[in-house]
Amino acid sequence: MASGFLKDPRIYQIMTLSGVLAFGWFARAFEIEPVQFAAVVIACCAVQWLGSFLIAVRPDFRSALITSLSLTLLLRADTVWPLIAASAIAIGSKFALRLGDKHIFNPANIGIVAMILMTDAAWTTPGQWGTAVWFAALLAGAGMFVTYRAARFDTPLIFLGTFAALMIARALWLGDPLAIPLLRLQNGALILFAFFMISDPKTTPDGALARAVFAVGTAAIAFVFNFNFFNTDGIFYALAIMCVLRPLLEFLDPAPAYRWSDPVPPLRLFKRKRRATAPHTMPAE
Amino acid sequence: MKRSLKKSLLAAAAGVAALTATGGAVAFCGFFVAKADTKLFNKASKVAIMRDGERTVITMANDYQGALEEFAVVIPVPVVLEEGQIHVTENAIIDHLDAYTSPRLVEYFDEDPCRVYARREMAMAAAPLEDEIVVTANRIDGYGVTIEAEYTVGEYDILILSAEQSDGLAAWLKDNDYKLPEGAESVLGSYIKQGTKFFVAKVNLEEQAATGLKYLRPLQVAFESPRFMLPIRLGMVNADGKQELFVFALTRTGRIETTNYRTVKLPTGMDIPLFVKDEFGDFYKSMFEEQVDKEDERAVFLEYAWDMNWCDPCAADPLSPDELRELGVYWLGADGGLEEPRAQPIRPIRPAPQAQNVFVTRLHVSYDAEHFPEDLMFKETGDRSNFQGRYVLRHPYKGDAECEAADEYRTELPKRFEKEAQTLANLTGWDIDEIRDKMNDKGQSFEEPKKEPWWKRLWGGDKDKG
Repeated sequence: MASGFLKDPRIYQIMTLSGVLAFGWFARAFEIEPVQFAAVVIACCAVQWLGSFLIAVRPDFRSALITSLSLTLLLRADTVWPLIAASAIAIGSKFALRLGDKHIFNPANIGIVAMILMTDAAWTTPGQWGTAVWFAALLAGAGMFVTYRAARFDTPLIFLGTFAALMIARALWLGDPLAIPLLRLQNGALILFAFFMISDPKTTPDGALARAVFAVGTAAIAFVFNFNFFNTDGIFYALAIMCVLRPLLEFLDPAPAYRWSDPVPPLRLFKRKRRATAPHTMPAE
Repeated sequence: MKRSLKKSLLAAAAGVAALTATGGAVAFCGFFVAKADTKLFNKASKVAIMRDGERTVITMANDYQGALEEFAVVIPVPVVLEEGQIHVTENAIIDHLDAYTSPRLVEYFDEDPCRVYARREMAMAAAPLEDEIVVTANRIDGYGVTIEAEYTVGEYDILILSAEQSDGLAAWLKDNDYKLPEGAESVLGSYIKQGTKFFVAKVNLEEQAATGLKYLRPLQVAFESPRFMLPIRLGMVNADGKQELFVFALTRTGRIETTNYRTVKLPTGMDIPLFVKDEFGDFYKSMFEEQVDKEDERAVFLEYAWDMNWCDPCAADPLSPDELRELGVYWLGADGGLEEPRAQPIRPIRPAPQAQNVFVTRLHVSYDAEHFPEDLMFKETGDRSNFQGRYVLRHPYKGDAECEAADEYRTELPKRFEKEAQTLANLTGWDIDEIRDKMNDKGQSFEEPKKEPWWKRLWGGDKDKG
């Protein structure tokens, strides 16, 4: 159990997100009240427990904790209630909105999208991370490690690569200095999203090709939201839309479902052909 | 806002491929084109923005000091504006908004330490800060530049231009004797490709004379645009050094913040030495510069966020409904409420029962092209919590006080003064020794008072013998 526990990439994710939260708290003077954080954690865990109880499984609070950290980092409110509502929607969606044996939406993502669509009482703060390069690099490095262990190394990179390419292309077309796309790419919220939200193995397609399409699609939709509709919450909407389309992608590129305890794949940039889509005959470990 | 969002969602869901669709609109702000070798002082601007959904009213105050015939402004605007969408208002309104939202100094007087503590608060108006906006203009023909409309509004002659190519627009500007700074062309090109029109204004000398005023009044424009932003890029092209910008946002839901730069709260609530009372303007400037440096020159500062109904303490009275309406707050009734005299700042005005539902945000940014390559993009948040830049002077008790507590109070004072000195040095980057000297001059001594032996008061007063 102990070694299985350590193999779970969620442990690393929880540690990294906690570090980011601490950084935000102390170095960035984030407007997060401790009571808000506590409320989010309690709400997420409570709904997780309730959902598990209803479908008669043992509750696992690791994912709920990750969701609460993500919500705390990305969503703001004056009071606790919008955050509690976001938590309930986030975790509730895992149990209520399912297709096959997977939940449709990324929990924290749907919590955020639901709240910003429904109310003015909660909002995102895309600019509040600043653009300190070192912070972005640190976050990216930590995120890389977490996602690599989660065998989803490719998703953030493809997402960020596509988003960067689109922004650079736009800058070139407009004749803008590259400082503009670079400014946007250093955005901490974007990096946080890429490495800790879109990379969630449970809500990304299992097939490598489908996953690449998923990441490219998210980047493209986010770009359209950002630059065509001037909506700064584009990344969140984009991910929710791609999650709705995900079953189709999975149908076209079937692959065995990811399990948290799956072994870490060796780090290699090019996957051997066919292997990724080969049938999974034995459950890992 | 919500409706357009849903539309956006549908559209995005329908077409992931719609990448090449050109952007809608660009909002605006001025840039100053120096004519010939005349140096235009374009170091600071004050812009008020009313924003509700996509409805936008922008008021640009200017404190232009140069020759009137050389004044000209070129502003990217999202659409061709009709005459009714352009307006000229009074400087006094922007000044009032500035005063109402400016950082403030408050004074407390220590009570007799021998009595129970009670506090009195006194507010003082912040020294109004000097700022200015600058702006510029022109004439036209050919160059692939089209005059979409031409108006005279107030003392301004206004042209709305659309251009096909940045070189055409640049050539036009140059041929009309305007020194176009290097780099302006590519910025113009970027705006043109985004479908922007250009609002060009200059002073109509006859109309200006008719106003009988010695200065230029603020220009206002009203339009709808999904884009909540202020274009600052053109203004940075010809600027040497940094420019100061104050943005006053009037919204319904809550505070605004920038989405592509950090919005940081100005340090507030500190106790600072008494001498700052005489140099509050300097203090504020130094502190601001110091904070800008601390944030690597990349932050936008929040200086005030408050419900327009009240203030505490008030640096100036809240704006009247009439004034707010003039600034574009269209949801307020046409006939104003109480017309209040613009008196000294003063005691708190408590929330009025009839809510105006206007939230004001004051942002202050010191920017240059290196640290602010992109225009300022804003978003309105749901945050209605109050924030103000407020600095506290604590006057020590001066009277005679004879008691144990008074001794203790007096020995504590130097420590308190030292803390104030440290705070001030920290906030402003001023030299700590100079601060201490000035404090000494103001009677804030760092010397520990000689403590009288306890037995001196034992048998009463100054009996030498017996």
